[in-house]
Amino acid sequence: MSKTVTVGISDLSIVRSPDILVTYALGSCVGICLYDKVIKVAGLAHIMLPSSLASSEDTLNRMKYADTAIVDMVKRMSIFGARQDRITAKIAGGAQMFAANSAIYNIGERNTKAVVEILQGLAIPIIASDTGKNYGRTVYFNADTGEVQVKSAIEGIKTI
Amino acid sequence: MSIKNYDELNPMHIDVLKELGNIGSGNAATAISAMLGKEVEMTVPAVSVLDYTKAIDFLGGPENIVVGMLVRITGDIEGMIMFILQKPFARAVLKTFFGHEEIDMMALGENEASAIREIGNIMAASYVNALSQISGRMINISVPSLTVDMLGAIMSVPAIEFGAVSDQVLFIDGTFILDNQSIKSNMILIPEINSLTSLLSSLGVDI
Repeated sequence: MSKTVTVGISDLSIVRSPDILVTYALGSCVGICLYDKVIKVAGLAHIMLPSSLASSEDTLNRMKYADTAIVDMVKRMSIFGARQDRITAKIAGGAQMFAANSAIYNIGERNTKAVVEILQGLAIPIIASDTGKNYGRTVYFNADTGEVQVKSAIEGIKTI
Repeated sequence: MSIKNYDELNPMHIDVLKELGNIGSGNAATAISAMLGKEVEMTVPAVSVLDYTKAIDFLGGPENIVVGMLVRITGDIEGMIMFILQKPFARAVLKTFFGHEEIDMMALGENEASAIREIGNIMAASYVNALSQISGRMINISVPSLTVDMLGAIMSVPAIEFGAVSDQVLFIDGTFILDNQSIKSNMILIPEINSLTSLLSSLGVDI
């Protein structure tokens, strides 16, 4: 029996096969799916902002920012036995929900760029992605197969 | 003194904000009633400090497909107004304009989109005019931008914009009801935290 674990906004979770991770309605946020296929350990983070350096929170929520969330997720996956040199990444989200307007900077694109740079810095290859455009995405991540299903109102379900 | 954290709002502040929301959304309801030639009821606005997950659940869950509109507020008061139109509400509005029976919300034509944007524009303008008159503050609004998508993805826009400061947000939420309970829309004023002090002090409220 597999169970499905929901990852909230500014949240992350790690599971083993055969469990499934899900995060709902990513808009400009980015969902980062990390997988060690040898031991079938999967981690999913739902980040909102690119960098914790811009935070003015009283207490930093490390799961909210791409830089801190990814580093923490890799660490936590290693407790499950994952090895950083085996981890691969799939990413989804980073949309621009409302049409371009000079007052609206494109945070979705900045989030995606930050995620790509941080993964590159950790030498974690991105093997699939579904980012950008202008619609919301729900992500299902299967720890047994490493498959990521991206569901949107416009495009239906696609597997990456 | 200024308010730096939503925890600093006392019950009197909340009451004042509720009353502002009441006057603003009352004005907006009158405007939309006149435009549609139909009675539009309005609930007493709720003012709450919520985290986004709770707000999204309150509005029907993250994957609920809704019509979302974003209007930016600039000037002496900064922030945004988010309109969340449940699909039956948007459909009822379009029916009054165009007489269509069934409209595919995922494939709105330019006319339909303009009509909905116009509703947003008129409601936002009447809301903000009321706020501006009471507070004596100058407030400008942007042209609404529109999307039809998952509620959670739409609400991620204010969540991200104010996210570097706090995971919580002050919602001044007015619900508009057309014909019956099932046809609803919500208009949510999200003032920036720095603008709250300005708004409250303009009304002679002790901070």
